[in-house]
Amino acid sequence: MKEIAIINYGMCNLDSVARAVEKCGGEPLVTAEPEAVSGADGIILPGVGSFADAMLNLTQRGLIAPLRERVLGHDIPFLGICLGMQLMAAIGHEGGRSAGLGLIPGEVERLQPDTQATRIPHVGWNQVEIRQACPLFDGIADQTDFYFVHSYHFRCDAAHRIATTPYCGGFTSVVGREHCFGVQFHPEKSLGAGQALLRNFLALC
Amino acid sequence: MLKIRIIPTLLYKNFGLVKGVGFDSWRRTGSALQAVMVYSLREVDELIFLDITATPEQRSPDFEIVDDLADECFMPLTVGGGVRSVEDVHRLLMVGADKVAINSAAVTRPELISEVAKRFGSQCVVVALDFRKKAGNGYEVYTHCGSRPTGLEPVAFAKKMEEMGAGEILLTSIDRDGTMTGYELDCIRQVCDTVSIPVIASGGAGNARHVYEAVTAGNASAAAAASIFHFTEQTPLEIKQFLADREIPVRL
Repeated sequence: MKEIAIINYGMCNLDSVARAVEKCGGEPLVTAEPEAVSGADGIILPGVGSFADAMLNLTQRGLIAPLRERVLGHDIPFLGICLGMQLMAAIGHEGGRSAGLGLIPGEVERLQPDTQATRIPHVGWNQVEIRQACPLFDGIADQTDFYFVHSYHFRCDAAHRIATTPYCGGFTSVVGREHCFGVQFHPEKSLGAGQALLRNFLALC
Repeated sequence: MLKIRIIPTLLYKNFGLVKGVGFDSWRRTGSALQAVMVYSLREVDELIFLDITATPEQRSPDFEIVDDLADECFMPLTVGGGVRSVEDVHRLLMVGADKVAINSAAVTRPELISEVAKRFGSQCVVVALDFRKKAGNGYEVYTHCGSRPTGLEPVAFAKKMEEMGAGEILLTSIDRDGTMTGYELDCIRQVCDTVSIPVIASGGAGNARHVYEAVTAGNASAAAAASIFHFTEQTPLEIKQFLADREIPVRL
């Protein structure tokens, strides 16, 4: 069974991610220990909260260097979820400008409404339009709905844009670079579609 | 396109689920865990779980029950009832809630909304705003499971909550609750047109057309309902099909 380290940095609903990994046949290990991160077959970085606070928590727990080292140095598959996806960026603008993990070039900015009727946060089920082939979406139809709840989004180059979602003029909802992936939606809360995606991630680990 | 959500509401009181009329005359409707498992199987959009006696009994939220329910809930879960502090919110998020609904404390200590939003982000702060129609014109906000008038007006209060950092408003008409006579469209429309955060219409749904009205005439982003699912044969999916036939975007 694949052991998946779910990084606990005091910011969120870790239980739901752990339960979903378990349901999909993985062995979740919720941890804040840099050593535990090193032994896992895959890493999930979940997250609810603000970018600056999250980076501060990761720094205080001494997790930034081990995460970067495992993911960039040892090619361990990585999945960032929601804020966890945003933290993969080089820079975030929530709670002041701060440096992110820098796994994928880009910046995290607030969603800007494109019509008067557009409400922020973006809450609910919305479709994911696949822009380039990605193993996370094996067997998942283009335009499948996933559950979103967020006010910020990851702005990145087309090269790392796996999928977009039509809201606020269209934002990047999935980023990817080699074995690093980030999803703005919550697969652990997206029922069958979310579990299909998590199974695809486990298959890469 | 962002889909209109249909959200079953689970009201919890004394170890089981209940449903009443006008926030009173509660009838037992079964086990909470079973309901969550059935709704998970039916792939509903989202669930709201409210412990309706926590605040009147001055209790904290029941974290153990939420933990058990969340383990079977693979869709978004909003939890409310008895939430009075940032620590309550933190613990609910840790045991598996995705969003936390705050009702009485939003009136008695509005700064709580900003404190929670700052710590965990606006997206997990739902203000549960319960209101009644006043004898003359207009509406009034109530707290403590509909038992305490506040003198506050729902539109202004909703706007204030948005400014404090709320990410969503769960707007419930106490008068319509359990009556299955349709949502209080007038107040829903006023609130939706004033705030720019999503509003969940609640209280009064008796059929699919009522839900259609809440999202068209009412302009709501989502519709919550309980009696319709407890006491009639209608399912969330049938309601969504009714909406889809009328070109409302839903997830089928």
